[in-house]
Amino acid sequence: MAAPSATATPSAPAPRHRGYWAGVGRRLARDRVAMACAAVLLAIILAALLAPWLGLADPYRGSIARRLRPVGFTTPQGFTHWLGTDEQGRDMLARLVYGARLSLFLGVVPVLNAFVVGSALGILAGYAGGKVNMAIMRMIDVFYAFPSVLLAIAISGALGAGISNSLLSLTIVFIPPIARVAESVTTSVRALDFVDAARASGAGAFTIIRVHVLGNVLGPVFVYATGLISVAMILASGLSFLGLGTKPPEPEWGLMLNTLRTAIYSQPLVAALPGAMIFMVSICFNLLSDGLRSAMDVKL
Amino acid sequence: MSATPLLRVTGLRKFFPVRGGLFGRKVADVQAVDGISFEVARGETLGIVGESGCGKSTTARLLVRLVEPDEGEIIFDGLGLGDGMTLSELRRQAQMVFQDSYASLNPRLAVGDSIAFGPRVHGMKASEARALAQELLRKVGLDPALFAGRYPHELSGGQRQRVNIARALALSPRLVILDEAVSALDKSVEAQVLNLLGDLKAELGLTYVFISHDLDVVRFMSDRVMVMYLGKVVEIGDVESIYADPRHPYTAALLSAMPSADPDRRTEEAPLAGDPPNPIDPPPGCRFHTRCPFAQDPCRRAEPGLNPAGDRRQVACHMNDPASGHSRAGRQGEAA
Repeated sequence: MAAPSATATPSAPAPRHRGYWAGVGRRLARDRVAMACAAVLLAIILAALLAPWLGLADPYRGSIARRLRPVGFTTPQGFTHWLGTDEQGRDMLARLVYGARLSLFLGVVPVLNAFVVGSALGILAGYAGGKVNMAIMRMIDVFYAFPSVLLAIAISGALGAGISNSLLSLTIVFIPPIARVAESVTTSVRALDFVDAARASGAGAFTIIRVHVLGNVLGPVFVYATGLISVAMILASGLSFLGLGTKPPEPEWGLMLNTLRTAIYSQPLVAALPGAMIFMVSICFNLLSDGLRSAMDVKL
Repeated sequence: MSATPLLRVTGLRKFFPVRGGLFGRKVADVQAVDGISFEVARGETLGIVGESGCGKSTTARLLVRLVEPDEGEIIFDGLGLGDGMTLSELRRQAQMVFQDSYASLNPRLAVGDSIAFGPRVHGMKASEARALAQELLRKVGLDPALFAGRYPHELSGGQRQRVNIARALALSPRLVILDEAVSALDKSVEAQVLNLLGDLKAELGLTYVFISHDLDVVRFMSDRVMVMYLGKVVEIGDVESIYADPRHPYTAALLSAMPSADPDRRTEEAPLAGDPPNPIDPPPGCRFHTRCPFAQDPCRRAEPGLNPAGDRRQVACHMNDPASGHSRAGRQGEAA
């Protein structure tokens, strides 16, 4: 076995220097907590996607006779409701799995949209500085003046209930914080000497942003945005809870939490299930984004 | 000096506004560089020395147009910007190496790509730029097979600064501005990088503007030296004659503050007390009069001009000007 020493012959192959993102992936894979969270999220996403083929009950079909049955209830016909039934006698397991589709969609898509728009605004403001920065950031501040829940409710209320409207309102809610982070990271990157060196080599603003700014800004902003997914899910649930988001009988965790709240004394375990799902998915996204942040910190 | 200098700077001035108040009105100016003029001949090294905040780095940034001057002219090889020379051309001809070797490399870019970036911007094909980057890495003493794919955090300070030098050379410039380029390196590495700079200069026929606060290093590197104080040039001339016989009291104070390896030449007392005055509100008259041991009335009233003082030297001091009214005027050499 050849020792990998510094005295290797000059013909020895150069050590393989993988790219930055390969290193991030390697460090993330070693993070047990992040990997566990990723596994949970993957399982939930797969279940949501493959729901029709999992042999679940019809999430829309209820039964007056079997309302609010406890966890593990088995009908005389031999069908087991593993997680009980809701206030209309619908199978909770099926509704939770199908509900994951909409809940995840409402958590991820607005954040993705806001990530694109907010990063663009923030990078533009941070790189241009001066009056452009002033114009963009003061406009953002106007939205910042309202608490995010209030803003989401106000926009949804103005646009009317419905999934696409809550999507839009959540996107608007998340643009300001993402633009803020993108602006501050860009401003600090902009001040570094390598940006000056790139300017001194005659590169235009667009080229400098593409080659030197994006790579250094999008990472931290992306980490921040993953942390917002859980907030988006909770806000979306809140909108549904208030009747501004999803409409019944669509399964969605926030809406289910709302309709089951009357059962909190009779079937507390069943009533708590949608909340538990929201909690689990949120905390998994948060821990995953934490893991991503440490994996991306080169100086660790 | 030959006919046209490579670089001629006349009356260069840059004030940075200090904004304050509710609407960001300009409340004052930091007088970073206030009307300096000098020339750099082809193939020479001009050292620039001075305390922190005296305008050395601003001068460097003005020369490569990272900062727009308020006033003054920079003539490069007989051509002014917009008057025979485009900004893109100037940027090919004059490059800069920064002090912070880490901050001046993009941490997300392999160093080979950082070096190839400039040529790519100026339209070189990717494969050619990569080959050029490898050649430059070899030139600065780094094996391209080992280093081209590495990231800045995988390199030592000295190696990073070699990469920065290679990056500056990638556009085949004629003038390289070294802004405290070796100041952050430890002494043995500093010596290696200085030798490398010397070799590259001879090999490529470069002209250097070498900025440092380390007087020994400046003496080693430079043919001529320019001493700055609070945004003004106080003395400029051949390095050996200035080091042997400083004519401006500030230069004398700087040189006497140099630590010596000779135990018989101890520095007995602090030659300069206190900090330099605030460049937002520089003192009237000679800017050095608040700290000058020879300050007299004329120094507080009138600002001395930068006048010739023999042996290709210029000094901005009333003691050098017999018409100034300073009692020591004309008795040159006593300031030292």
